[in-house]
Amino acid sequence: MINAVGRDIPEELLADGKEVYQGKNHFDGTYVQKVAPKTRRCETPQDGKLCATIREACERCGAHDGMTVSFHHHFRNGDKTAAAVMKVLVEDMGLKDITIAATSLGDAHNNVADYIEQGKVIGIQSSGVRGRIGEVISAGKLKTPAIIRSHGGRPRAIEAGEVHIDIAFLAAATADECGNASGTGGKSNCGSLGYAIGDSRWADKVVVITDTLVDYPNQPASISQIDVDAVVVVDEIGDPAKIGSKEARVSQDPRELKMAEAVADVIAATPYFKDGFSFQTGVGGPSLAANQFIEKHMEERGIKMGFSLGGITGLVCNLQKKGLIKKIVDVQDFDNNAVADMGENPQHFEISASEYANPANKGAYVNKLDFVVLAALEVDTDFNVNVITGSDGVVRGAPGGHPDTAAASKCSIIVTPLTRGRMATVCEKVVTVTTPGDCVDVVVTDYGIAVNPLRPDLIECLDNAGIPHVTIEELKDKAYQLVGEPDPLQWDDQVVAVVEARDGSILDVIRKIKPYTFE
Amino acid sequence: MVIEKSAMAGTLESSDAQVTVEPADDLQISVSSSVLNQYGRQIKATVEATLERLEVTSGHVTVVDKGALDCTLKARVECAVFRSCDISASDVPWGGVIR
Repeated sequence: MINAVGRDIPEELLADGKEVYQGKNHFDGTYVQKVAPKTRRCETPQDGKLCATIREACERCGAHDGMTVSFHHHFRNGDKTAAAVMKVLVEDMGLKDITIAATSLGDAHNNVADYIEQGKVIGIQSSGVRGRIGEVISAGKLKTPAIIRSHGGRPRAIEAGEVHIDIAFLAAATADECGNASGTGGKSNCGSLGYAIGDSRWADKVVVITDTLVDYPNQPASISQIDVDAVVVVDEIGDPAKIGSKEARVSQDPRELKMAEAVADVIAATPYFKDGFSFQTGVGGPSLAANQFIEKHMEERGIKMGFSLGGITGLVCNLQKKGLIKKIVDVQDFDNNAVADMGENPQHFEISASEYANPANKGAYVNKLDFVVLAALEVDTDFNVNVITGSDGVVRGAPGGHPDTAAASKCSIIVTPLTRGRMATVCEKVVTVTTPGDCVDVVVTDYGIAVNPLRPDLIECLDNAGIPHVTIEELKDKAYQLVGEPDPLQWDDQVVAVVEARDGSILDVIRKIKPYTFE
Repeated sequence: MVIEKSAMAGTLESSDAQVTVEPADDLQISVSSSVLNQYGRQIKATVEATLERLEVTSGHVTVVDKGALDCTLKARVECAVFRSCDISASDVPWGGVIR
């Protein structure tokens, strides 16, 4: 069936009431019945829940064939927990038919690619799939199609019972013997534990894994003892140095700075740019650099930002220290400065992924977002964005909060160079739709700005401010003139991954890629 | 032109291509590219067209492309062929053979 972004969704995926994407806010105002986890009653006095090893914790939690396990990715490429736990489950305990429902997966989890090839891991549900895991998925080696969900779509699916987590293994910088756990105060800090909070509340069994055991009670705690079954102390849960660059530096690249300045000019031209406005940026070069140009406009107008949302960088924390931001609302930290700030700044608040971006609760923080500045691998002439598949069709990205913030904010801005090497960023049809075009308002490139015709109000704002803009087709033509028109990718029929829209409908599918032939 | 000896032009940097030509009885072109899936056919066509304009009818041509634009590809093929028959030192037909 063809969905609202023109993608053909195979009928066999539309079993059990699954629907195709029918446009932004389609389910607004409808009701959902949430499920609840199964909890063991603990009525007697307790010494604690410490287990000597990960294996002992797995056994205590009834790890079994065919189960679903979850992990968070706050340590990003520095994560050491998920790989260690998977090794215990598969290599030491000999378990099979495991589904991993992680908040994201990447280069730190290459052993999972081996377990997929061995048929031990049969399902992957994640926001991001990078590294070797993406390659084996695209090669069709995973037994069931991977499910790609945004950071808001994941808690929606968990709360609706579409994915049921048997055991959540949650790395925490500090924990006490009863499982009160936090992302700060230990030797390996990751700051916000936003993605882990929901898993601690919705999984049947919860194992907290830490390298810094602290005295009871560990407060303030992001994860509460009432949700935790077992606590394990290991040597190292992750390497914080690999969370991001040590210090998020503002780009010196004149092309990126030019785009960042244009982004700030667009923002300042809208009616939403007033005292108390809210703002989120991604961590790409031009997105980050937009912060410094926004600062100029804020000083000129004498206004402050009400809150900064999202993945937080040290750059945002610095703006707050200058008095330009009232509050920081943080689901994930992208560098060590932000991690440190989370631990010491009382105006820097942790929120869960559901609070951040879930479309199926009574209103997430993204619904209060004025502006979001996001990157893209590709944008097409219908303003659809791809952030998951590379130009070779291989899964190697992550929607993260991209679809959630684009959909719920008042003004979403995609900033991207028109071409990257020989790749046309603005193109006729994106390889995979991860953020639907009806959620994207403005595209800023180094060759010009295009506004979505669905937003005539923003077009008028730009005209009034004297900011030149062109059609998205003109940008695409310019890109193709520079690099040539790309040939369509050559696919097999086999669906290797399903891209869910944040509302749970099917936005697109990713098929197995064929070996390239010149014919 | 005739490929008289092995020669090379270009680098493996992003947006460049490294072209190697070797003498042979037949004409063979092998292309690998970081953008093969979307531009492989065009890269091969550009290399073939350039060789044809240079009137190269035999030799083994290997292109390792890192996302080079057509103009870069043409220049690298041209240079490798010139070097293979020692005309790169003088008498380079700038703006003539290559269009």
